[in-house]
Amino acid sequence: MSGAWVPLALTLKVAGWATLLNLFLGVGTGYALARWRFPGRDLVDAALTLPMVMPPTVLGYYLLVLIGSQGPIGGWLLQHFGVRLIFSWQAAVIAAAVVSYPLVFKAARAAFETVDPQLEDGARSLGVSEWAVFFRVSLPLAWRGILAGLLLSFARALGEFGATLMVAGSIPGKTQTLSIAVYEAVQAGQDDTANFLVAVTSLVCVAVLLSAGRLLPGRVGPRS
Amino acid sequence: MPLSLRIGLARAAAVLLGAGLSLAAQAADLTVSAAASLTNAFRDLAPLFEAAHPGARLQFNFAASGALLQQIAKGAPVDVLATADELTMDQAQDRKLVKAASRRDFAANALVLIVPSASAGMPRAVADLAQPAYARIAVGLPASVPVGRYTQGALEAARLWSAIQPKIIGANSVRQALDYVARGEVDAGFVYATDAALLPDKVKVALRVPTATPILYPAATVAASAHPALAQQFLDFLLAPPAQAVLARHGFGKP
Repeated sequence: MSGAWVPLALTLKVAGWATLLNLFLGVGTGYALARWRFPGRDLVDAALTLPMVMPPTVLGYYLLVLIGSQGPIGGWLLQHFGVRLIFSWQAAVIAAAVVSYPLVFKAARAAFETVDPQLEDGARSLGVSEWAVFFRVSLPLAWRGILAGLLLSFARALGEFGATLMVAGSIPGKTQTLSIAVYEAVQAGQDDTANFLVAVTSLVCVAVLLSAGRLLPGRVGPRS
Repeated sequence: MPLSLRIGLARAAAVLLGAGLSLAAQAADLTVSAAASLTNAFRDLAPLFEAAHPGARLQFNFAASGALLQQIAKGAPVDVLATADELTMDQAQDRKLVKAASRRDFAANALVLIVPSASAGMPRAVADLAQPAYARIAVGLPASVPVGRYTQGALEAARLWSAIQPKIIGANSVRQALDYVARGEVDAGFVYATDAALLPDKVKVALRVPTATPILYPAATVAASAHPALAQQFLDFLLAPPAQAVLARHGFGKP
């Protein structure tokens, strides 16, 4: 049955792009909140973590209202560029990225907070720029925790269903990811297809977890 | 254990037990799995049926007919099945999931082509959907949604199905197709006349689409129902004048 390879390839593409987006957004915001003190920092942290605890359908509805062709962002894109996000694979990427973003953000913030500020100050005293401090001191020391967050985010993006279905629909070959293809097959009573898709999904998840174990030998997270 | 705490626990247990007993007394909860297009009409019917049958309480489960069939096939505790097409009910009957003798058609509907009310033009014929102005068209997924099968049949009869297929945005129920059009996310969509009438300020009906098979709603009692007598009473109620009047008010035709 070659029917599962199309949704599998699409799922990997969507989860890959979502994780790439989160690499920049999650690491950037995680570093900002770990290093800068400003009033309302806890509130910002809570707001950025919200997608982790909110029901995906609620997020999907927010996204639909924002990026829909009548929404502020979607309407602007349609008017100026003629781009319609809803029912495109890019919409699936946005949904998966939003849902899995807090996993990278939380992991990155925790990882940067374990980096000893004295090491960064030491680098500064030697006259290197702030960019060099970040890329040559902070990031190398925090990368393990960030990588763990990225892997979790990738795994979460692979399985994203609720928000994706709301903003990207279920178009075979275009937005029908593995989890949505399973749902459609069960609704239509195509148990053979469902069994095959479920087996493929399970194998992919095991592969992700195994490679996570290989990429992260030993303990994950802050070192004592 | 202090006495007051023990009394408190005993009282809590009594309350929980009481709740359990009252649940048992409410044994006449009738679960009706009905096609998504029946949502509003059936919600209006519930108080009428409950007033005529004291102690009975209706619980509705609305979804695409195909999904309802799969739920019952997997053992969902359902008493009455009402679908938006004969094919799904035939499949239920073939698999002995419903009692064939109880099966009755209780309503009829029509297929319409709708566009968002904000759109400038309107298709004058189904063939106009081949134009580039109609880039996205919402259609129920034919595998599980009856309105999708009616649409496919009508488009195949007009030799348009293969031309329009790349533009199709599949919907999980007729109500999802309606929502896609109402939000302006698609340029056109196929729904039932009764669905289009729910959102007159958001969608406009371009034309009625003739279907090869008439759109009829059959209902039957589920073979595994725990309340077969009450389920049969609900079917009788559906065909009686008061329920037919409510269905007519929602735009359904007589079978």
